[in-house]
Order: sequence, then C-alpha cells, then structure tokens
Amino acid sequence: MHWCHVLVISNPSADRRACADACPPDAAPLNCRQALTLGPRLLLTSGWPWRSLGYLSCGGAVVFLIMAAAMNGLIYVDNLPDYAQLMVVVVLAAATGMPVAAVERLRLRIVDTERVGNPHVAPDAPGLKAWLWLRIGEAATWREFSYAIALTAVLPLIDFGGVLLVGSVVILIAAPFLEPFVDLGPLIVFGHWHIATPLDRVLVVLVGLVLLPAAAYLVTALAAGRAAFVRLLLAPRESEVVARVQELTRSRIRLADAFEAERKRIERDLHDGAQQRLVGLIMTLGIVEHGLEEERSDRAVLVAKARKEAEGVLADLRELIRGIHPQLLTDRGVPAAVAEIADRSPVPVHVDITLPERLVSAVETVAYFAVKEALTNVVKHSGARRAWVTGCREGDRLVLCVGDDGVGGARPEDGRGLQGLADRVAVVGGRLKLLSPSGGPTELVVELPWRTPDSA
Amino acid sequence: MANARFRIVLAEDAVLLREGLVELLERFGHETVAAVGDSRDLIKAVEEHRPDIVVTDVRMPPDFNDDGLRSAMDLRARYPELAVLVLTQYAATAYAFELLESGEHSRGGLGYLLKDRIGGVAEFLAAIECVATGGTVIDPEVVRQLLRRGQMNEPLGRLSSREREVLGLMAEGKTNANIAAALCVSQPTVAKNIGSIFLKLGLSEDDGHRRVLAVLTYLRS
Repeated sequence: MHWCHVLVISNPSADRRACADACPPDAAPLNCRQALTLGPRLLLTSGWPWRSLGYLSCGGAVVFLIMAAAMNGLIYVDNLPDYAQLMVVVVLAAATGMPVAAVERLRLRIVDTERVGNPHVAPDAPGLKAWLWLRIGEAATWREFSYAIALTAVLPLIDFGGVLLVGSVVILIAAPFLEPFVDLGPLIVFGHWHIATPLDRVLVVLVGLVLLPAAAYLVTALAAGRAAFVRLLLAPRESEVVARVQELTRSRIRLADAFEAERKRIERDLHDGAQQRLVGLIMTLGIVEHGLEEERSDRAVLVAKARKEAEGVLADLRELIRGIHPQLLTDRGVPAAVAEIADRSPVPVHVDITLPERLVSAVETVAYFAVKEALTNVVKHSGARRAWVTGCREGDRLVLCVGDDGVGGARPEDGRGLQGLADRVAVVGGRLKLLSPSGGPTELVVELPWRTPDSA
Repeated sequence: MANARFRIVLAEDAVLLREGLVELLERFGHETVAAVGDSRDLIKAVEEHRPDIVVTDVRMPPDFNDDGLRSAMDLRARYPELAVLVLTQYAATAYAFELLESGEHSRGGLGYLLKDRIGGVAEFLAAIECVATGGTVIDPEVVRQLLRRGQMNEPLGRLSSREREVLGLMAEGKTNANIAAALCVSQPTVAKNIGSIFLKLGLSEDDGHRRVLAVLTYLRS
C-alpha cells in the first residue's frame, strides 16, 4: 500500500532542524556541534576541527575588512564637525549590518552543512524608499546590526583565542623542526623552564601530541558556539519562516492563475483563429466538391481528399484545444466535463459527481485535470475492465475518487504524471491519496478546498 | 436535396465564416433574412423576421461562452414552431441534451451538428431541410459518445451489431427510409430491427423527434 500525502504548508527547514539537534548516533555529523559527539580518533581524522579552525581564522579577516572600510570612510569625513562624524559612523555601522550578515550566513556553511535562509521579506513595492522602510521595520535588520557590533567588539577575541590555541599546540609539536630557523627560547617558556636538552625537545613534542585532541575539541566547540550565536541572530525566526511560506504559497497560486489564464487565452485564440478558418476552408472545398459531383474526374477525387484531410486537421485541433482547456468545463463545470472524459474513454467509466454549486475556477481546473490524468493512467497501466469516478462535497472540501478494477500496484513515484498531479493539487491547498494494493483495485482520492484562500 | 426555400436567421460571430455560410445558403436557394454576430442580436432578429429556421453558433458574444446555445434554447421555449440548428465546435453530449430538453412544448425541428459537417454540402443542406420541416438531427460524433457511454448498460449488450448500427442512426435522427438507404437494406427490414430494439430496451415505439429523444435519453441514463 502506498500513500502519497501532499500538504501545502509544511516547513521542511524546521523538520530538518529537529533532526539536526538529535542526530542518530551512526550518521555523519551535519555541523561542528554534532562533530563534538565523535570519539577523539574520529574527530581528529574528520575535517571538522580543520573546518572549525578555518571558520575562526577567516572571521578575523571579515573584521579586518570592516575595520579597514570604516577607517577609510572616516578619512573622508575628517573635516566635518564631530557630531556629523558621529552620525556618519552610526549610519555606516547600521548599513554594514546587512552585508556583514550575508557574508556571515555564507561563512557559516564552513561549519554547518545546513543553509541558513535569508530572514528578510521581499518588498511589496518597488523603489528605495519602500525597501528602506520595510528594512527599518524588520526585527531581522536590527538583529543583524547587533551582530555586526558584536563582531567588531567581542567576537574576534573568541576567533583569535581559538586560532592562538591551535597555533600553540602546533608550535609545540613542530618545535624540533622549527628550531634551526626560529629562536624558540622566548616562545616556549614554562615559568623558569625552557628547552635545553634533547630530552626537553622530546618532552615538548609529547606534550603537544597529548594536547592535540584537546585542542581539536576546543576549537570545534568554539566554532560551534560561534555558529550557534550566528544562528541565533542571523537565521530567520519561526514567524519569519511562516511569513515566507505564506508569501511563497501566494506567489505559487498567482503563478498557477497566470498559467491558467494563459491556457484560456491560447484556447480562445485557436478557437477564434485556426479553427474558424479551417471550417471556412472545409466549406469552400465542400462547395467545389459539390460542383464537381457529376464529373467523376481525378479533380473531384482530389478535392474530396483535400476536404477529408482538412476535416482530419480540424478534428486534431479540436482534441488539442480540449486538452488545453475544455470549454465545457468553463460553461458547465466539473460534472459535465468529467462525464465527457468518461464518454471518450476506451475503458467504460461510471461517473457519479453531485455538487451543490459551481466551484471556483482554479479548483475546477485542478479537479478536472486530476480526473483526466487519473483516467489516462487507468487506460494506460491498469488493464482495468471498468472504472468509476465519484465526487461530492464534504464540509469545506471537494472529495473526488477515481477507482478501477485493474491490477493495482501503482506507485506515486512511477512516472511524472502522478507527481505533476500532486503538485497541481498542492497549489490550491489540496492533497492526494493513492491506494493501490497489488492485485487491485486502485483508488486515487483527491481532496480539494471548496474555495482557495484567495477567493474567500 | 433541398428544393424548398427556407427563411433563415444565421448567427455566427466569425465574419468570414458567416459570409461564407450566407453565400452557401443563398447559392442553394435559401433566403438568409438576417445574419448576426451576437446572441442578443439573434433574439432580436428572430423577433423581427420570424424565420423558418435559426442556424446558430454556440460560442458567441457577449460572454463568449455558450451564449448562442442559451439563446437557441430561449427561442425554442418562446416560439414552439421555430426550428433550430446549432453548429458547434464541441462534440459534447451535455450541450446536445440541454438543447434537446429545452422547449418542452416546442414542435419545431432540432439539430446539433459539428461545424465540420458544413463541408459535406449535400448532407448539410439535407440536415437544414430535415430540421426546418420538424425533424431532429444529432451529430454522429455525439451519438458515438453516447453509444460508448452505453457500453456499461446491460440491455444494450443484448443488441446485435446490426441493431446497434440502427440504434446509432436512429439517435442521429434518421428516418426509417434514411436508415434503410444508409445500410443498403429494405425498409421493412429496418422496421423489424427497430421493433426488436425497442422490445429489448423496453422503449415505446414513438416517431420522429420523440423517438430520437427516447433513444438518446435511454443511451444517456
């Protein structure tokens, strides 16, 4: 049995987050925080300490760049009065928040495989003013600003501490090799003790080797702490994610509506253009043919043949137009249009759809094409002798069921048809359920909202 | 072949096609008293000219949906004697049935044909004459769909293949003589077939329009 549920509003990033915090023991770590649960040998052979070190090192580079930019900026305002200079600094600092945050979210991927989304909302209106007002009103903007302050004030200490720690351990281990080039005397000093004998050198290397795993855990932990802080301030909050999902859902509905309008336009153009002209052509050929009827000549045969050809083209065109958007659906709604699909089906189909009123156009279209796709599958794959379509209103939903007495064993992942159907159904906030035990019968249940959110 | 001269109101929104149809009808001796491109004008033209037969498209202004069909149904309800031939791009049984069931008290002829049929000039003119004189003509494509729908119908399975052919032609609105000619058999043979069909399907032996309606209704159920 295979169930394919399509829910319109799901939050995949939240689901994965939950999984990321409780990672199964044998799975590879997704971030440096999970890497801390690895044993020393695994941690040292994994890339995580290196990634952590790299993360902390390039943090310093970001701070350096910000500082350099700020100094540069201040040179230009040097001759302004002090309060103006202060204003410029504040504005510049606030302005750095967003690009710094963008870089930091990108940089976070060094120690965390899961992307951090952009917490900002796309502006509704064009223009700088609308953008500026939107950003000033967003909590995300101010969180980013506060992060930028922390980055220039406190965070480099952590970054530098981590790098220094690892550097020290590396120097200990590498001491015998460095000695010919560098004077280690002032570098490796413990109280009054310093390297004097060959035994001291061995001792220093041994201490370095013992400290190495500790340094690896520490640097990874520091990176994990930094990463958590970045997430806390720069990742979208739950409400921002929901707003984003709503925005995406709305834009998807708009897209589907535009697609639908385009289909209707193509259908109308074909009907008013090519179809009418073909009828005209057929009529003219018919008149010529009629005039030549007595003749029994080759000419008459050719004209008759030409008319048959034109009629064939018109029939093809009619099929094509029906496939794009059937007029019967626009005029009479789902029951009549589905009955027409049934009339054309090679497998006998019993239709029983009773609806109290017309649905909104978007839902009607999805319902129609869902049944059409399902019946196409019945004909193609099921080997059924008969099929049935039922439909009724249940509460605020339209429930359609397409069944057949075929071989069953249909799976949602077979082919693109069902997946495409699931996507179409999801756009209007519906869902799809496939029940197809091996040996049959197969039933596809499509649930659609009676009204789409936008039409209410 | 149509020798009778009918007064026709034509409604078709595609200008070229409308002009072509007017030319065709005039060429074969009919009088097009009005040719309009809008379903509201159709009603006005019928009120004004009281034609023998209305020939109309389905999809027309003002709404470009089924305006022509709805006007045709209104006219059938208002003028019981008026014959109506609908020319369409849609081989949909739903439209055909709405038309058939409209105008309860109408005695006028009725036709529902695909526009392709205009090309078979002789048959098309015969269809106009049939409808104008009170007959019924249903497009073979529509009937084919209905017969397919009837596949699930158990009594239909008891018909012989010849009887099913006869049933299809009856549904198209053919008279016994037409059926006999189409199948190259004698009229008494056709009459016998029809008797057998009605017996097997449990229908009463009506004639003309009522026979078509009975057959089509049976096929649809």
